[in-house]
Amino acid sequence: MPTLNDILTLLPELYLTGAVCMLLLIDVFLQADQRWVTHWLAVLVLAVTGWLVVSGQPTAPTTAFGGMFVRDGVAEVLKVFALLASGIVLVLSRPYLRDRELHLGEFYTLILFATLGIMLLVSAGSLVMIYLGLELLTLSSYALVALNRDSRLSSEAAIKYFVLGALASGMLLYGMSMIYGATGTLDLGSIRAASATSAHPTLLLFGLVFLIVGIGFKFGAAPFHMWLPDVYQGAPTAVTTFIGSAPKLAAFGMAYRLLDSGMGGLLVHWQEMLAVLAVLSLAIGNIVAIAQKNLKRMLAYSTISHMGYLFLGLANGTPAGYSAAMFYAICYALMATASFGIILALARTGFEAEEIADLKGLNQRSPWFAGLMALAMFSLAGVPPLFGFFAKVLVLKAAIDAGMLWLAIVAILAAIVGLYYYLQVVKVMYFDKPEGEPLRAQVDPSLRVVLSANALALLVLGLWWGPLLAWCQRAFAG
Amino acid sequence: MTLSQGILLTIVLAPLAGSLLAGLFGRQIGRAGAHTVTILGVALSCALSCYVLYQLVWGGAPTYDQNVYTWFEVGQLSAHVGFLVDRLTAMMMVVVTFVSLMVHVYTIGYMADDDGYQRFFSYIALFTFSMLMLVMSNNFLQLFFGWEAVGLVSYLLIGFWYKRPSAIYANLKAFLVNRVGDFGFILGIAAVLYWLGSLDYAQAFQQAGRLEDLTLTLVPGHPWHAATVIGVLLFIGAMGKSAQVPLHVWLPDSMEGPTPISALIHAATMVTAGIFMVARMSPLYELSETALSFVLVIGATTALFTGLIGIVQNDIKRVVAYSTLSQLGYMTVALGVSAYSGAVYHLMTHAFFKALLFLGAGSVIIAMHHEQDMRYMGGLRKYMPVTYITMWIGSLALAGMPGFAGFFSKDAIIEAVGASQRAGSGYAYFCVMAGVFVTALYSFRLLYLTFHGKERFTVKAGHGAHHDDHHHEPGVLAHPPHESPWVVTLPLVMLAIPSLLIGWPTIGPMLFGDYFGRSIVVGEAHDVLGELGAEFHGPLAMVLHGFTQWPFWIAFAGFAVATYVYLIDPAAADRVRRALKPVHELLSHKYWIDELYYAVFAKGGVRLGRAFWRGGDAAVIDGAIDGSAALVARAAATLRGLQSGFLYHYAFAMIFGLVLLLAGFWLFGHV
Repeated sequence: MPTLNDILTLLPELYLTGAVCMLLLIDVFLQADQRWVTHWLAVLVLAVTGWLVVSGQPTAPTTAFGGMFVRDGVAEVLKVFALLASGIVLVLSRPYLRDRELHLGEFYTLILFATLGIMLLVSAGSLVMIYLGLELLTLSSYALVALNRDSRLSSEAAIKYFVLGALASGMLLYGMSMIYGATGTLDLGSIRAASATSAHPTLLLFGLVFLIVGIGFKFGAAPFHMWLPDVYQGAPTAVTTFIGSAPKLAAFGMAYRLLDSGMGGLLVHWQEMLAVLAVLSLAIGNIVAIAQKNLKRMLAYSTISHMGYLFLGLANGTPAGYSAAMFYAICYALMATASFGIILALARTGFEAEEIADLKGLNQRSPWFAGLMALAMFSLAGVPPLFGFFAKVLVLKAAIDAGMLWLAIVAILAAIVGLYYYLQVVKVMYFDKPEGEPLRAQVDPSLRVVLSANALALLVLGLWWGPLLAWCQRAFAG
Repeated sequence: MTLSQGILLTIVLAPLAGSLLAGLFGRQIGRAGAHTVTILGVALSCALSCYVLYQLVWGGAPTYDQNVYTWFEVGQLSAHVGFLVDRLTAMMMVVVTFVSLMVHVYTIGYMADDDGYQRFFSYIALFTFSMLMLVMSNNFLQLFFGWEAVGLVSYLLIGFWYKRPSAIYANLKAFLVNRVGDFGFILGIAAVLYWLGSLDYAQAFQQAGRLEDLTLTLVPGHPWHAATVIGVLLFIGAMGKSAQVPLHVWLPDSMEGPTPISALIHAATMVTAGIFMVARMSPLYELSETALSFVLVIGATTALFTGLIGIVQNDIKRVVAYSTLSQLGYMTVALGVSAYSGAVYHLMTHAFFKALLFLGAGSVIIAMHHEQDMRYMGGLRKYMPVTYITMWIGSLALAGMPGFAGFFSKDAIIEAVGASQRAGSGYAYFCVMAGVFVTALYSFRLLYLTFHGKERFTVKAGHGAHHDDHHHEPGVLAHPPHESPWVVTLPLVMLAIPSLLIGWPTIGPMLFGDYFGRSIVVGEAHDVLGELGAEFHGPLAMVLHGFTQWPFWIAFAGFAVATYVYLIDPAAADRVRRALKPVHELLSHKYWIDELYYAVFAKGGVRLGRAFWRGGDAAVIDGAIDGSAALVARAAATLRGLQSGFLYHYAFAMIFGLVLLLAGFWLFGHV
């Protein structure tokens, strides 16, 4: 029987579950033109959940339901930023969805369920919980990608995502079963303790490889990245914005739980694998992005490369490295919402604004949005003094501290290549003549405010990153 | 009575404030506003400088040596702004601000029709600030700042008429040649820091004794004394700034700038910075006979050989420019024989009469509607009497007529060289003696060609009055020449007074007395001025004695030759030119030094640059960059092809990745 303590520990997740169900019911009774009620209720639910997460945060890590659920500093930081990212996505998406008759209650419910999945995933204390959270997140995501049922591209993307996701899921489960076979437990803490004395070390290591494949797929790290460009491009931009932001925090949480909490004893083994994945991701992501003409696709490859940087921090395998990686994940989530947000802001009925050429001469049409996009691009490229620069510095330092200087050098070379395609966007916006129909940015005030705040945060946090980094470091200190 | 920091700061900052106001708000405050603020700033500075001099000389104020602002401190090294104000500094301050003030006033008339009026005032006020920073510095770093700042303003002003290709060529040349000198200078400063451990004058001089035993060996078996290395390196800086052979080539070309700055920067003040610097460093130079001999020989060569070029120049400003080179050579010679006070004293008198000559030349140029060629002048004395008389005073001072300012200083230098035993002093003595003849010759040639004889220009009414247009027909004027306005003639008169009289009261204390006190250090063994001082019995006696000495008669010979050739029998000039054709060729081509530099350094530099460009840039760097870019592009195209869109390809990639990890693990893992 669950105790009161269990319930209180799980209160934000329980509240979110209840609220989503209520929202689903409320939405049924609303007309299409009253959808704004659902919208703002969903935002409110996210805000309240965030408040519950922060206000109820225990001083020391607490577990519930016999160790299935862990509430610690890492979970708190990741949840707060996942809720923030989801909230930003909701606000940015509304005008886009409304223009395309996709403004459905399902969108909100699915996003909230996915967010719930993220929260469970990052708080997982056992393999079962990991799997549960992951499936809740990915199943919601598959449905979200297919939101625009009439679009061939959208459906194709959903199918690809689903099939490959199932494959990855299967591998992950297979790996989990091997680990269970080797250690006889599903609890992450016990796995870590048992791994040192396991009677089947080879089996354990094989299990680890399969776990890494699952993690790599979730991150979109090469060579498990193939789904990512197609899904990013095929999904409605609003959904892409979501998939590009909050789930990356979840992926980090999952990797941390599995690799550190569970397989921390095998650091030397997974460190090398992550390094290999990092190099492949950095190379493939940055190089192929150059050849892209579609902005969403280019950003997809950019995501792949950024996951490579994130792995630099993870592979360090110490609290300093994890906090650098988490800092990077937060940074990336905010950069993703900002850059996709610009596409959302510029798109309108019958026009997606997703080709790089669509941004030609944006500065003359809409200098404010061009400036925000430039901020996002410079931050993605890692130009000082923006947020992305300090995040990169931290993960590079983590890699060097871990004795992987060669990896840091590869990452810096990759960043130089990456500069090219980010600056390409800036060049197109500022130096090319506008073509075709004039671009008209969305005038929705909430979108403008949130998008501006989001992009400017990249500058502000670049100048004033101390407190956030301190928070990340505190999370791993305990 | 002590000097106040507030007054010293005001002296420095008043011209800067004027410069900033005129430069940044020139459009708002207009022409009159620009010249008012800068003149007020410089006048304030000048008045306070005089007060500081008064305090030091008559008020008994002690030397001021304090830091005003600390820039940074790193370990032992501290960089700061500070002032060292002793009598040497105070004299320089008065000369700089006084000449600058005169030039400011003069500029109102000279630049009246120029579009860059405010810009010009801003520049010359900025120059005054920089020069004051240079002379008032108490450390090498600030000295270097002032040194470069005056160089910058000089560069800007030579190229003031930036649309003229010749001006741009000249300022680039000045810039490049000064780079050479400054390279030596900064090496010298580095050597001071390395061996003496401080950039402060006071501390460095205190430690100077350490240099005795230190050597530097670049060529094995030939160690150099540290003092010699420092002395020569710092002097290379002075050679650039003070235009000594072989770095003198920029100064004649700098005459492309407007005449007021030729007077202020390229005659009276900036070019003497090198002289001042060496005098300031006398405690270091006294340690090295070798460095001083080097200084002596360079100075003597400059004094004679650049003066010779002046004889064959036809451009009125260039004659004065070569005369400046020659006089700077005299000052350098004085430094070389340890007569630092003599050098600084000549610096002061020269500042007055050379500024006068330049401004007078400028006045003539205004009257001639910006014609500078003396072959189209003549007979101007009846048109412009004030300019005529003041130019005569300046020329007599330059030629060393007993009683005029230049006589006292130049005579002292010549006698000091005669009394010196230093290696090279024999050669130097010959050069300065011969230089006296040359000086008189070109000075009176200039006067005769300009003011005397027949008019070699015609006045044609209706000819367009183009002021700074050089394309008009030579020797044809739209209006008859006329005397310049009072803003031009007033500075001439104001400068003529010290040119005439300054020697009388100053020669005793400055040269043979203890005016400079401990500012200038001269070793017992080579105190030539001290020896001469024993025979000094007042200025009047010196003047009377001067008439019986060789220099006077040599100068008289120069005067006589000039009078015969250019006044009495003008055809003689052509005969002499034909008779001495090779010599004339040599001089009019300035010993082909410009051509040599052009062929060796300029062309060589271009060739070297091209080689690096072709070999280094185009082949290696561009090749590597373009090559890697092409490689990335190819890789992008190839890898992009992998993203086929087929689901089974994607799944295969994942399986491949899994197998890769497992295999890698199996082969290299730690199982």
